[in-house]
Amino acid sequence: MPTRPLSPHLGVYKFTYTMATSILNRITGLGLSVGLLLLVYWLMAVAGGERSYARALGVLSSPVAKLVYAGLVVAFCYHLTAGIRHLIWDTGRGLERAQSRASARVVIAVSILLMLLIAYWVWFGGAHAS
Amino acid sequence: MSLRSPLGRVLGMGSAHEGVQHWWLQRLTSVALVPLSIWFVVSLLMLPSLDHATVSVWMAHGPTALLLVLFVLTAAWHSRLGVAVVVEDYVHGGLKTVTLVFCTFAHLLLAAAAVLAILTVALRGAT
Repeated sequence: MPTRPLSPHLGVYKFTYTMATSILNRITGLGLSVGLLLLVYWLMAVAGGERSYARALGVLSSPVAKLVYAGLVVAFCYHLTAGIRHLIWDTGRGLERAQSRASARVVIAVSILLMLLIAYWVWFGGAHAS
Repeated sequence: MSLRSPLGRVLGMGSAHEGVQHWWLQRLTSVALVPLSIWFVVSLLMLPSLDHATVSVWMAHGPTALLLVLFVLTAAWHSRLGVAVVVEDYVHGGLKTVTLVFCTFAHLLLAAAAVLAILTVALRGAT
């Protein structure tokens, strides 16, 4: 069998920012899967009682973990907004090139707005810093 | 009449007739996760503190426990579908099957562990 290029054969395309929004959706999705792992670890620590929770907090409130949470906030805001864009596409709307370019901009703008909103809430809105 | 090419038929490649199911479940879980994930993030941010007592009381509250179970199960399912697509694109050959099986088992384990943890706290709180 001859070796044919397999999808995704990205080499044949010029890189555009509609592509960037697409690959970012994947990367942030994978990141959120790691977040799910952390969430389950946290839930299990709560179920394990006060001492297991204190032990888990050693890991979950470390500076590295806080960096991960920042990444998760970015990933969540982006994946949520880009996901809604995909759901709109699924109804058959917004698939024209000009429209999808415009919606790529909207996704970036809205997700950054959401990130800022959450960051503001964490730092100034009285929400706990972890 | 088959829509598959003669070459595709001979090689046994092509649709395994699960594509639509996968596509549909990915969308179904997406739609459910919009409100569920927003609820989760907002209620986490609204907790006055993240100490054990506060979190336990929050998790033991009936509606919270119910929504948490729904959120974790839907998220695990959505994650399993999404990770599978990435694996199918970038991992090939026998390793692909092994990775897919591992990813399915890992997500099942996560989902089961999460439900067990939530129920443990919720039922402890009820007594």
